[in-house]
Amino acid sequence: MRGSTTARTMLAPVALGVVAIALWQLLVVAFEVKPFLVPSPSGIAGAFTESFSHIVDAAKVTGLNALIGLVVGGLTGILVAIFANALRVLSQMLAPLVAALAVIPIVALAPVFYAMFGAAAHTGRQIIAAIAVFVPMYLNTLNGLRQVEPVHRDLMRSYAATAEQANRLLLLPGAVPYVLNGLKIGSSLAVISALIAEYFGGPANGLGKAITSAAAGSNYTGAWAYVLGAVLLGALFYGVTAGIEAWALRRRGGS
Amino acid sequence: MSATRAAVTIQGVDKVFRTRKGGEVHALSDVSLEVAAGEFVSLIGPSGCGKSTLMRLVADLDPATGGEITVFGKTVEQARKDQDYGIAFQQAGLLPWRTVRANIELPLEIHGVDARARKERSDELLALIGLEDFADHHPDQLSGGMKQRVAIARSMAERPRLLLMDEPFGALDEMTREHMQNELVALCQETGAAVIFVTHSIPEAVFLSDRVVVMSPRPGRITDIIDLSFSSRDEDLREDAAFYKGVTAVRSALHGGADASPGPRGVENR
Ligand SMILES: Nc1ncnc2c1ncn2[C@@H]1O[C@H](COP(=O)(O)OP(=O)(O)OP(=O)(O)O)[C@@H](O)[C@H]1O
Ligand SMILES: [Mg+2]
Repeated sequence: MRGSTTARTMLAPVALGVVAIALWQLLVVAFEVKPFLVPSPSGIAGAFTESFSHIVDAAKVTGLNALIGLVVGGLTGILVAIFANALRVLSQMLAPLVAALAVIPIVALAPVFYAMFGAAAHTGRQIIAAIAVFVPMYLNTLNGLRQVEPVHRDLMRSYAATAEQANRLLLLPGAVPYVLNGLKIGSSLAVISALIAEYFGGPANGLGKAITSAAAGSNYTGAWAYVLGAVLLGALFYGVTAGIEAWALRRRGGS
Repeated sequence: MSATRAAVTIQGVDKVFRTRKGGEVHALSDVSLEVAAGEFVSLIGPSGCGKSTLMRLVADLDPATGGEITVFGKTVEQARKDQDYGIAFQQAGLLPWRTVRANIELPLEIHGVDARARKERSDELLALIGLEDFADHHPDQLSGGMKQRVAIARSMAERPRLLLMDEPFGALDEMTREHMQNELVALCQETGAAVIFVTHSIPEAVFLSDRVVVMSPRPGRITDIIDLSFSSRDEDLREDAAFYKGVTAVRSALHGGADASPGPRGVENR
């Protein structure tokens, strides 16, 4: 039952993708579009298989930066949200800062970090990914912590539970769906940030750098092959976090 | 009743809620009541007469606006911190991510009872509420009445000397309801716990209680207290003439009001 529903929801987007790619191939061949404008899907696929091992290596570098950013930014977001929920003043103080972080493109800071940590270090990229992840993690967790039902609050008060017990037994478990949703959103942001940060300098072995240098060398089909690698990396991050979310929600027994 | 033997004393208590728009709701006005240790007292009255409010004041979940409440001779705050009462709310209020067993064990876990003793106690309580087969289910797999039974078990987990129960049997079918009533009577006789019990059912109040407190709304106050001194509470009582007399007494107090009651009220046991 569940399997067939999943298959049906998958079918529509997959069909759309196949049609789109077929149309793309058709148009490129029919109008003889030059590769530097838009390469054909078959061309990209060829370049992708040709340099597959290099794409995988580059994806590992970018993926590791994104992963470190996701873990550090995610944990920081949860922790700060717990304190902000306990201390009203803190959440009020943080509100404008978080709003600023949400609207400023953090990758714009990349050159500053390269100057700070040296051009050979990945640190700046990881910090950028972490900041990007922090924002949705903090906002979602804080929102989740505030969803407590009054009857549960009363219950904890009647038990004379400490703040630590209320957090551990009531607030955090209640916030889990919100935290996992934040993680899912954060996972895509982590990959995008880590990738774009490479455009501004630093070590040259990641996917982002591979895209810019292929394009600079007029290897447009190659650049698109790396873009495809980046898309797959983002999809992997999203898929894994979405999977964790679905698994955890099923295990916890509905809501 | 001497003050030291009292489980709860309520003296001239007022409760005024201030609404956000600056209005005031006078939920309780000059309420006085004493519940002896081991005594079973029911609160009955129309919706909005302040039954839940009174219970929340005793539980130290809301502050009284005026008057004084003591629980076992202590302030309500001290009694709450000493875990002198168990409470079952109008809604079950189970934690959805915890199994039935883990929900029952929650207060024990918070108060540092070790895992083996917790399991022993939850086994007992699961048997009491007849949900042994559902120990590992989550609340969303239970019916409303089953959830309420779990909440009742949870309120009894620490064998409190005082039970505060807000319409705990409201969601149960008649069969289960009578079964739970019998269990509650047995439990109270066994543990000697005092109970403050909110209900909308007159027969339930009469069957369970030593005294039935009748309340009226706007502002919420006590209009009548009906004494029922049945010698024993078993299945036979439900068919007994004394039981029906009690039902009639509570009903006329409830419908007629204290002064203008036309019917046969004030049966001897008032
Ligand atoms: N937090 C609150 N803020 C404002 N007014 C409140 C609040 N809680 C209760 N009231 C008001 O106090 C009055 C008594 O409410 P209460 O919940 O004690 O009634 P009740 O007797 O338990 O009713 P029911 O039988 O429907 O449960 C009502 O008029 C209600 O609107
Ligand atoms: Mg109520």
